[in-house]
Amino acid sequence: MSSHATTVHHSEAPKGWLRHYIFSLDHKIIGTQYILLGLSAVTIGVILSVIMRIHLAWPNVHIWGFANGVVSPEDYLRVITMHGTLMVFFVLTTVPQSGFGNYFLPIQIGAPDMAFPTINMLSFWVTFLAMIVLVSSAFVPGGSAISGWTSYAPLSAVGVIAGPGQGLGQTLWIVSIALFCGASLMSAINFLGTTIDLRTKGLSLMRMPLTVWGWFITACLALLAFGVLLAACILLLLDRLAMTSFFIPSGDMVSGVLLNHAGGSPLLWQHLFWFFGHPEVYIAILPGMGIISHVLSTFSRKPVFGYRAMVYSLSAIGFLSFMVWGHHMFISGMSPYSGLAFSILTLVIGVPSAIKTFNWLGTLWGARIQFTSAMLFAIGFVSVFVTGGLSGIFLAQPALDLYLHDTYYVIGHFHLIMGVAAIFAMFAATYYWFPKMFGHMMNETLGKIHFWTTFVGVYCIFMPMHYLGYAGDPRRYASIESVHYLFALQPVYKFISIAAFITAAAQLFFYFNFFWSIKHGKPAEANPWHATTLEWSVPTPVPHDNFAGHYPTVYRGPYEYSVPGAADDFVPQHLAPEQVAKA
Amino acid sequence: MPHTSATEELEILGAGGGAKPPADLDGGGDDSTHGRSGMPQRIYVTGITIGMAGILMFFMAFVSAFIVRKGVGSDWHAFPMPRILWLNTLILLASSVTIVRARHFFARDDREGFRHWWTVTTFLGFLFLAGQLIAWRQMVASGFYLATNASSSFFYVLTAAHGLHLLGGIVALAYVGRGKLRRLTLATATEVASLYWHFMDGLWVFLFLLLLLGR
Amino acid sequence: MGSRKSCAGSAAPAVLLAIVILLLVGSTLYFHIAKTWWFPPAITPVGHQIDQQFFATFVVTGIVFVLAQLALAWMVFKYRDRGQKARFVRGNHMLEVIWTTATLVIFVGLGVMAAHAWGEVHFGGPAPGALQVEVTGVQFVWNFRYPGPDGKFGRIDPKDIDASTGNPLGLDSNDPASKDDIVSGDLYLPVNRPIELMLRSQDVIHSFFVRELRIKQDTVPGLVIPVHFTVTKIGNYEITCNQLCGLGHYHMHAMLHVLSDADFQQWEQKQEAQNAQ
Repeated sequence: MSSHATTVHHSEAPKGWLRHYIFSLDHKIIGTQYILLGLSAVTIGVILSVIMRIHLAWPNVHIWGFANGVVSPEDYLRVITMHGTLMVFFVLTTVPQSGFGNYFLPIQIGAPDMAFPTINMLSFWVTFLAMIVLVSSAFVPGGSAISGWTSYAPLSAVGVIAGPGQGLGQTLWIVSIALFCGASLMSAINFLGTTIDLRTKGLSLMRMPLTVWGWFITACLALLAFGVLLAACILLLLDRLAMTSFFIPSGDMVSGVLLNHAGGSPLLWQHLFWFFGHPEVYIAILPGMGIISHVLSTFSRKPVFGYRAMVYSLSAIGFLSFMVWGHHMFISGMSPYSGLAFSILTLVIGVPSAIKTFNWLGTLWGARIQFTSAMLFAIGFVSVFVTGGLSGIFLAQPALDLYLHDTYYVIGHFHLIMGVAAIFAMFAATYYWFPKMFGHMMNETLGKIHFWTTFVGVYCIFMPMHYLGYAGDPRRYASIESVHYLFALQPVYKFISIAAFITAAAQLFFYFNFFWSIKHGKPAEANPWHATTLEWSVPTPVPHDNFAGHYPTVYRGPYEYSVPGAADDFVPQHLAPEQVAKA
Repeated sequence: MPHTSATEELEILGAGGGAKPPADLDGGGDDSTHGRSGMPQRIYVTGITIGMAGILMFFMAFVSAFIVRKGVGSDWHAFPMPRILWLNTLILLASSVTIVRARHFFARDDREGFRHWWTVTTFLGFLFLAGQLIAWRQMVASGFYLATNASSSFFYVLTAAHGLHLLGGIVALAYVGRGKLRRLTLATATEVASLYWHFMDGLWVFLFLLLLLGR
Repeated sequence: MGSRKSCAGSAAPAVLLAIVILLLVGSTLYFHIAKTWWFPPAITPVGHQIDQQFFATFVVTGIVFVLAQLALAWMVFKYRDRGQKARFVRGNHMLEVIWTTATLVIFVGLGVMAAHAWGEVHFGGPAPGALQVEVTGVQFVWNFRYPGPDGKFGRIDPKDIDASTGNPLGLDSNDPASKDDIVSGDLYLPVNRPIELMLRSQDVIHSFFVRELRIKQDTVPGLVIPVHFTVTKIGNYEITCNQLCGLGHYHMHAMLHVLSDADFQQWEQKQEAQNAQ
């Protein structure tokens, strides 16, 4: 690398503000851009959820911004649709993978950048465009879509006669998601190509940090799943705009209008959507699992327990994730025999997740635990993942799903995994890598306040939802005034809402800590956590090409902590054997 | 819990890596492995292979939708296969032959021969696309539009999707034919473009048979 | 070394975590045992089977939940940094085999146990002599149709659908079998008799759900989906829509009235009489 005279990947950053910060090809800037995009999306998403919780607990309270101050049923459905879409796509699919992954994958494998920097930049800007299109749907006539983030046909396919927001709003939703699919596919190609071809000397597959494994398997899932969603979106768009009948059956009569479509299958949309949708939720959690293994090991001062088992279980989860989509469709009218098959496979996919949990506990066993903010969130992740994962065992059985499907039990389940565990992993990643990204430490006191309020808060929000599910409370209800058996649940609604307000407010500690510490945090040394992986071997700020032309050789695995015979309680990956201080 | 053995300790601290070096960014004094980007050229072959997997899934989604929709709907009626499609298929198959020929000349350092056959391939690609447009006109002439029935819908969707991806391939062929490349060596570029081209060809044959036998 | 030193030795985070986890475990166990917000009693035999399966799953997952959370709390407390050296352990192959096998057996075992109840609802058809009722969902009401004295459902033509003239289902007046069909806004069923519901939708996907039956089924336009069961308790139960179907999803509501045989016949006769007028 250093011997070549003219290289595009010169050691110096490009001049000019536009090329340095906006249209940067540097994976670190692009990763930061994704993180900031995710931060904006999650802010809007949390505000939307606060609006939901105000409305559900106190239906007559006036909320600023709504016509007559009242959240109408269509407003409520617009809010939940936008909330789900923003959170699942623009937060959970971007930040853990394209955000932190973009930033740290190349450095952790000893590469100067991602394999395809131009495509990397393009994938960010297309994602950005997708978010603009989605948000703009709230401002068009009819407002944004009301069919949920899952956008089931025919509700999403027949246009505005099915309800407000189902005109231009729904079309823009589809366009936004289609753009997002394209960006994700480009990003997946980059992650895979980089991991396969650009690992530095000595970094064999079984020496890769589990973060890299997480990003790698996630990219495999994204590569194979997003194409399917894109195809589904195109077919849905054609049904809406070109009078085709992929998803609209014959004799469909909506709002008194007999539609001229014929022969389509609403279930086909569900199959296509969930074939993507299930890998998607693993895309949301797998990077987080890698990050948690990484953080737990660092602050336990111990190798990850069962590294190989962790790699195999990540791979098994990835592989199986393409075979379980039908568990979203037990009640859909799909063949009940298929339902049984999907059920068994779904229970099987619970096994590698359980293995990971045992191995996380094994990592803590015999450890020397340091309670940094990052570590607290990693420990919290394990707790929340156990809870959320176990409720999945109920839902995986169609006999129980007969009752629990589309109730608040499901909302509790997926929020604990996606809305809490995955977010905890992002918090852990932030507290952990912030010193490397910005050269300053985040404030530990604020971090701890953030953790404790959030940890207690999320349990107060999402555990009661399981009880609402037992009581048979259906999802996506704009109000509970029409169903007698729901009246008794109002106190639970209020409890959840108050917990939600407090927890949402507690995130301000994080926002403040994050932005304030960028300039005013305690200056950070290059390796403040005394960690072993390659990102901690480079100076802070990280040089433009990561290693200033001197690419490391890797001599050992990524989690060599407390090695007997070593002077320090960590042996970095890049340290040559003769350089390791012996006790 | 088993402790590490003395040999394992040694391995971590002293004995040095037993693993094979998988990548070598310091390597190569010549441009053939690295080109001008400093990245090894093989990343572009890896990249296009991965990309083809993603594109394949996109088409497989349409194919599964095709199979399911055919099975459930009552409005599946066969349409007459536009006759030009046979010619188009031959043209595309021929273009796969010509691209192989072009690479053959490239490997023997015959730049003239390479450029000639590369251009022929590009031209055949254009011809194929023009033929697809004619096929659409033939469909319309037979009275089968996008929304006429499910079968004809899939015809247009599959041919349009393939055609758009092929257009991307033609643009790539033209760009490579110009010979002014920044990050890729010409050797890598021709390999990458031809991989994609064969993929588009094979995909077309598959879609053609699907439409022919399944319509 | 600075930031690490301040975390060493402090028991506070570990104690706090233990408290939070104990509160979590305690409250979860409490609300499940006290059944503060819980399923209403089941009114079908399959409902009781489902409840048993739920209980079995709850016991198994409950034990795992308690053990895992307490293990986490205990480890975090016991192995907090007190200056000890961490144990350099890569893993344990035997443990991996044991906990993988155990988990697989338990999880799949639960699934196999649950298959029976699922089969009761969906495999095979109803008992002979079942009462067939057609359920149609449409934005945002439920309509229930009975075949009437001739025992046959009349033909439906979507072009005839007109709620304002009292033909919300689009019964084809040209079909003699449709003349005696009974259409109702609430569902009336006789107790202790096999029932087969034929679930349909006119416009978008809805979902028919009665908590006490323990039965939920999406209604899909273009499909007729059967579910069968027998109700064993007289009473009035709420029917809700459980698949987002638009604006009025939250008030798409009807009542299930389970009547004695005599009362049900009386109701049927009343409907037939009204039809004849």
